[in-house]
Amino acid sequence: MADVSLDQSLDHHAATVAARRHFLTRFVIYGLLVVFAAIYLIPLLVVVLNSFRDQQEIARNGLISLPRSFRLEAWGQAWSSYCIGGTCEGMQRNFYNSLKMTIPATIISTAVGAMNGYILSKWRFRGSEALFTCMLLGVFIPGQISLMPWAFILGNLGLSNSTYGLILIHVIQGISFTTLFCRNYYVSIPDDLIKAARIDGAGFWRIFRKIILPLSSPILIVTVIWQFTGIWNEYLFGVVFTSGQQQPITAALVALTASGTNVRAYDVMSAAVLIGALPPLLIYLFGGKYFVRGLTQGAIK
Amino acid sequence: MSTLTIRSLRKNFGAVEVLKGIDLEAQNGEFIALVGPSGCGKSTLLAMIAGLESVTSGEIRIDGRLVNSVAPKDRDIAMVFQSYALYPTMTVRENITFGMESRRVPKLQQDEAVKRVAAFLQIEPLLGRKPGQLSGGQRQRVAMGRALVRDPKLFLFDEPLSNLDAKLRVDMRTEIKKLHHRVGKTTVYVTHDQVEAMTLASRIAVMHQGSVQQFDEPATIYNRPANMFVAGFMGSPAMNFLPAELSQEGGRPAVAFQTADGNTASLPIVQALASDTPRQLILGIRPEHIYRFDPDLARRKPGIAQIDAVVELVEPTGAETMAVLRLGGKEITGRFDPDGTPLMGETVTLGIDMARACLFDPTTQRLI
Repeated sequence: MADVSLDQSLDHHAATVAARRHFLTRFVIYGLLVVFAAIYLIPLLVVVLNSFRDQQEIARNGLISLPRSFRLEAWGQAWSSYCIGGTCEGMQRNFYNSLKMTIPATIISTAVGAMNGYILSKWRFRGSEALFTCMLLGVFIPGQISLMPWAFILGNLGLSNSTYGLILIHVIQGISFTTLFCRNYYVSIPDDLIKAARIDGAGFWRIFRKIILPLSSPILIVTVIWQFTGIWNEYLFGVVFTSGQQQPITAALVALTASGTNVRAYDVMSAAVLIGALPPLLIYLFGGKYFVRGLTQGAIK
Repeated sequence: MSTLTIRSLRKNFGAVEVLKGIDLEAQNGEFIALVGPSGCGKSTLLAMIAGLESVTSGEIRIDGRLVNSVAPKDRDIAMVFQSYALYPTMTVRENITFGMESRRVPKLQQDEAVKRVAAFLQIEPLLGRKPGQLSGGQRQRVAMGRALVRDPKLFLFDEPLSNLDAKLRVDMRTEIKKLHHRVGKTTVYVTHDQVEAMTLASRIAVMHQGSVQQFDEPATIYNRPANMFVAGFMGSPAMNFLPAELSQEGGRPAVAFQTADGNTASLPIVQALASDTPRQLILGIRPEHIYRFDPDLARRKPGIAQIDAVVELVEPTGAETMAVLRLGGKEITGRFDPDGTPLMGETVTLGIDMARACLFDPTTQRLI
């Protein structure tokens, strides 16, 4: 009963209409996407352009206009010589402060999160689910609420106005997120692997090192990117618990806009803002691919 | 030399009793199959033998040593998992040596052991590959290699073949049997497939609802099942059960039941009956003990009873043909030679091998 045959000749007209319709819908979709992308990118473009424009030219033609001059001095000033609140060292000290705060805080919070996730998914104990739920609360509690307790703790530890104090805050505040990420990722690693390894004579640490960690790169990349950008961009704790030379770059940027002179140096400000935004941008540029992949991928295909 | 002894072993998960007093033992070199439907507790029992689950009460002894609270790594066991549980980031070689690395076996000795096992299982060309690059059958071999390399006291298999396709499963079953012959290690093998249990095991423990229903040699389990659960679970197609009444025929005991047309049919009982046998019975007949009646065969073989039945459905499988027959108001399945296949709607005269039939008590469901 194989009576199927090509009983209709090819309809060229219908094919052309379908192709045109397909092209039109594509055109509309991509057109809209371009518009949205432009809306997101134009502010960045304005800042980038202004960082290369002459201050006088900005004053004459306004903030939003095409550059008529090109100079790099603003970047140099913003980095090393612009005066903020009396000291004329630019942003470099604050930039280093941010690095000294962000890198250790990212590493420690990610490491602790991985360890927590490993325990909460593979070495469950009585009450481990309740503990996990409690830790999750940290994800939903806004940072402002913990300002006062932190002030108390840092004061007692003698860590006020220091980078170490901020590291401590960001490690603790970040553990909720890193634990959540890692635990949910490790849950998808089959328990049989752990059982096989236990029979093979491997203990807690050896299983973590030899079996869990080698499978973890997608989720570790996600947590590192998440933590790095989050901690680098954090402003509230930085501005509350540090001042002057101890401030991270986010806090210093605000100090820069508020510094006493009458003339607003838009060129220097633009350059400074860009310096402050550069590390997270670079991280996204190089790690963004893995970020998306890690968020959507299970442990074992 | 290694034995396994389990005495009144119990396991509770909270209020749920998963194992209700298990007694089992494996002699040195024995192949024990734990078989039962899903949820019967067989995998939990295996995990407890491995030390992956704690013991609620009772005892587990390996070679006479009480191992209730001994860590898995110190029990000297090896286990093959249903999922194979190969370490995905390691090569086949690293998978096999991982256990020896953990136990700090010298490198030279490791290499030798890998060579021996790889040759034994013919997986030498795979040693450099990752598990993701292997087929199902190859992964299965590597998983066995990882268990074999240790030379343990006890081999534990947790449904190792259920992730393979049908043909490969039969091949690997044969291989496991060969392997056991050559290695001769005491083995506990969990499966839900009664054919695997029958073909591989020296003794089978049929489990149901957390207790062992029968623990015996395959032939005994098959021919003299302890109760209706075992009788129904082992064998495919399943044993036919016919409710019947104890009666007399020509001065000899018989079972009688109503046929579809309202008449009473009776089949003589060959087995000796105890005096307290209940009047109501369940007659159990395996499909292969139902033939087309053959006077010659009946003369040669005593205990073949003759009865008519209508063929309702015919299911050819190639090697044999299953026929669904209506007998005594119930549907029963018979297994026929393709040459003598009955036709649908035909009334056939059946010969039933009453010498092989089983009688069960309908209230206790036990074998009489």
